[in-house]
Amino acid sequence: MAKRALKPSPANEHIGLGGDTILYRSLIDPKRNNKRTGISSPRMQRNFTLLLMGAPALLMIVVFAYLPMIGIIIAFKGYKDALGIFDSPWIGFQNFAFLFGTGEIWRITYNTIYMNVLFIVSGLIGAIFIALLLNELRDHSRILIKVYQSALFFPNFVSWVVVSYFVFAYLNADTGTLNHIFQGLGLHPIDWYSEPQYWPWILTIVSLWKGVGIGSVTYLASIVSLNPEYFEAARLDGAGKLRQIWYITLPLLRPIIVIVLLLNIGNILHSDLGLFYQVTRNQAPLYSTTDVIETFVFRSLINLGNLGMTGAASLYQSLFGLVLVMTVNWIIRRINPDYALF
Amino acid sequence: MITTQSTFRPAPQPASRLSYQGREKINRGMIHGIMVLVSLMMVLPLIEVISVSFSQEQDIAKYGYTLIPRHFTLAAYQYIFSDPSTIIDAYGVTFAVTVLGTGFGLLFSSMLAYSLARRDYELRRPISLILFFTLLFSGGMVPSYILVTQYLHLQDTLLALILPGMISAWNVLLLRAFFSALPQELIDAAKIDGASEWRIFFQMVIPLSTPALATIGSFMLLMYWNDWSTALLYINNQQLYPLQYLLYQISSNIDFISNNATASSYNITVPVESVRMAMVVIATGPIVFVFLFLQRYFVRGITLGGLKGD
Repeated sequence: MAKRALKPSPANEHIGLGGDTILYRSLIDPKRNNKRTGISSPRMQRNFTLLLMGAPALLMIVVFAYLPMIGIIIAFKGYKDALGIFDSPWIGFQNFAFLFGTGEIWRITYNTIYMNVLFIVSGLIGAIFIALLLNELRDHSRILIKVYQSALFFPNFVSWVVVSYFVFAYLNADTGTLNHIFQGLGLHPIDWYSEPQYWPWILTIVSLWKGVGIGSVTYLASIVSLNPEYFEAARLDGAGKLRQIWYITLPLLRPIIVIVLLLNIGNILHSDLGLFYQVTRNQAPLYSTTDVIETFVFRSLINLGNLGMTGAASLYQSLFGLVLVMTVNWIIRRINPDYALF
Repeated sequence: MITTQSTFRPAPQPASRLSYQGREKINRGMIHGIMVLVSLMMVLPLIEVISVSFSQEQDIAKYGYTLIPRHFTLAAYQYIFSDPSTIIDAYGVTFAVTVLGTGFGLLFSSMLAYSLARRDYELRRPISLILFFTLLFSGGMVPSYILVTQYLHLQDTLLALILPGMISAWNVLLLRAFFSALPQELIDAAKIDGASEWRIFFQMVIPLSTPALATIGSFMLLMYWNDWSTALLYINNQQLYPLQYLLYQISSNIDFISNNATASSYNITVPVESVRMAMVVIATGPIVFVFLFLQRYFVRGITLGGLKGD
């Protein structure tokens, strides 16, 4: 039972029910203040309530996303734990000078971009390949598609720690499957976790293994929405599957491919920490090819290294990342405004 | 118009012993073959890990990790369950963090998303901008770390595992897109009937939005369950180790599993390798079951997010 018998509404205007009429009068008569809530109009009431609704989430965003932004000044400070961010001495661009001077930044930037390019290219080819294959089965084997997709999605659901165990099972020098296969074939076993040159490829394979299932979803959804009449016409003209794919499917997919590519390029300075830290088991010999900006900052943080310099590397990443994303978005906007982020 | 494939014949055809349907069948067979191979490659590592967990330690030392255990044994699991307190603690922590984080995160995110979806909300623009900017630029790991440890003093608390990642602008924007698709007339009608904003939200909008909530909820669930880096940064108390972080710790130091003396009662050395893999199986078990259920929500979420470009 509602607390009041009648809600204020135009239909009830004439009925004098004490509290209701007073409330309703205060809603339409701006001179009368509603003493019950102190809010003087439904418009403000609505805005206030909606603000209240968003308040918890907004508070968390301000605290955990915006407050740290103030802390980027640590990049310009000679940070000392005892003094905290605000009392540590201001040293201007010295941290940056050191990072750029010793070549640290170049090494990790190169690794970051190089690995991301490998990931983007292989991911694109792999995801489209899977999407094309699954599309061919679409009309005949719906159930099998679900089974395949379950297997394809599985790697995405395990954590990077678990993946590091998986990789360890293969690459571990003594008991790893790969070395045992090598020995069986008469080849020399390799101490994988000490040889940095193999790891760009190892990490690419792992990244592909983990992401190709989920990655294929976008492309499959696009392919499924293509007009079947194109393919009918091609079949009429005697085009085989491969021709159909090359001349119809892929060109029609070009917009979405370009969008995905550009979005990935916008993120090219960022890396998945789990992949680079867990799968490599943080082995120092591998740093020359696997140390990226993310791991550099992370390691420095947990080993409590020079936080001023670490902050400088982090700021460098965030700033250039921002520039990249804005540029990429501008480009996307020129191509197809629907897909632009803003 | 073209009718069915079975009565269709393309006009110019290369001479071939097989009919069009025959070639189609072979093509499809090949595709199935490839897909089976790819699917196997996806699950093979899990099979190997399970196999090693049931293998005897001597076999592992001699023959390495194999796909099928040479001699089946439950020794690793017996070792773990002789003193499961560490694992039970870790499960408890992860479970609490995941349930609380996903529950509150979903609640708060959807409330914010709903407010941003309402076209008659005057603060809509500025708040959306505030939200959106966090996707473009972030303060980075260092200031966040300093904030959480030195200003909020959340280290070694459960909150440190829950709060930092709870609200993601991405999730809020996806939810907002969904709420925007709900007809405004519904809300107007409810308003005319005198319902308050809260009532509209909880009794009308939420029940209508279960697919979207399930999708975003799945994202959050997975994020919390698989999180290892937050604990690495903020947790030192062993009893607060979440599952994945425990797994990470034992990859180098097996003593974490149990510091008991039952190993001597077995009169064998600790079955290190098989115990490690058994831990992986125990830690991954639930997520594998859950994911089978959550799978379609993920697919939906990816499609929503990917096709729109945001």
